[in-house]
Amino acid sequence: MTARWLAWWRHPEFRLGLREMAAVSPGLAAWGLMTGVAMVKSGMSPVEAVAMSLLVFAGSSQLAAIPLIAAGAPVWVIWATAFCVNLRFVVFSAHMRPFFMHLPLRWRLFNGYLTADLSYVMFTKRFHHPATDATGQRNQLAYLGGGSLFNWSSWQAASLLGIALTHSIPTEWGLGFAGILALLGVGCSLASTTLRRVSAGVAAMAAVAAFALPFKLNIVVAIAAAVALCLMLEQLPSVRSTPPKGGSS
Amino acid sequence: MSPMAMNLTDAWTLGVIVGLASVTLVTRCFFFLSSQPWQLPHWAQRGLQYAPIAALSAVVLPEVVMTQGQLITTWMDARVFATVAGAAYFFARKGQGQAVLGTIVTGMVVYLPLHIGLGW
Repeated sequence: MTARWLAWWRHPEFRLGLREMAAVSPGLAAWGLMTGVAMVKSGMSPVEAVAMSLLVFAGSSQLAAIPLIAAGAPVWVIWATAFCVNLRFVVFSAHMRPFFMHLPLRWRLFNGYLTADLSYVMFTKRFHHPATDATGQRNQLAYLGGGSLFNWSSWQAASLLGIALTHSIPTEWGLGFAGILALLGVGCSLASTTLRRVSAGVAAMAAVAAFALPFKLNIVVAIAAAVALCLMLEQLPSVRSTPPKGGSS
Repeated sequence: MSPMAMNLTDAWTLGVIVGLASVTLVTRCFFFLSSQPWQLPHWAQRGLQYAPIAALSAVVLPEVVMTQGQLITTWMDARVFATVAGAAYFFARKGQGQAVLGTIVTGMVVYLPLHIGLGW
């Protein structure tokens, strides 16, 4: 068993996944830190905050649920809110399905649970098509695993630190903004084709325009609008998308 | 939770947290929970390549140009300058090397003095 884990650890793609995630994690860590602070400031006990960080492992749905828990909202409202905030993960899971279907259910659940925003984005940036042979599948899982491990560890370390240091970190400093800058940097690195830039622009404007929707549904509406428009534009001969650069299958 | 019960652990909250963890698991695994053979239509598979960047920018822009659900009406906002500076750094480096890390650092170097110093 240990030997199997060690083999993953030594896999070059695993190391690459770790390294590439390390470059984006400082911003993510600042965000995790502020999420830890927000949990305790809302009135959660340290035990609850630690349990939430370790189990829920989803910053945006945690931030959405925190005020609802503090207000004693009905349980189904809290869960429904988290589900809607997480709807983008449902879209991601459709994308990841062909990459995972060669695995038994328990490993699909393991990998799926750990595939947060950045793991997904970095993975789909590197791999555009599911591998068809065992070596290729192993490479893909190793890359994903390295990224997910680093992402999970840095998020949890930062979040637990935030819980411990709640009263010495002033929220007015706005350190959490580093998380947005991390997402900005990753977004820029995806802007490799004209249509993807169109997708970014349309989604950004739609998310602002639809901001009044409850449950952060503006994000789902924005993704749907951007994808639909890009699919239509693809049909125009003048905007035939060039294959994205810098990835392998 | 009433103010009297502040910062005490209670079973209701722990139950809510376990439910939230299940929501994370179900949404992240939604389309591969079942082992039934099934394929996304071809157009949807093509469309998915536009989803990651759409999701990121849909999360980012409202966090930069909105406050309390309203579009900001002033240009004196540290977030706007930090975002422009971060993106400018990324494209100046053409995304090479540690460009994402540089985006974060550049953005925060612009953000913190404006935000803490000038209160923007």
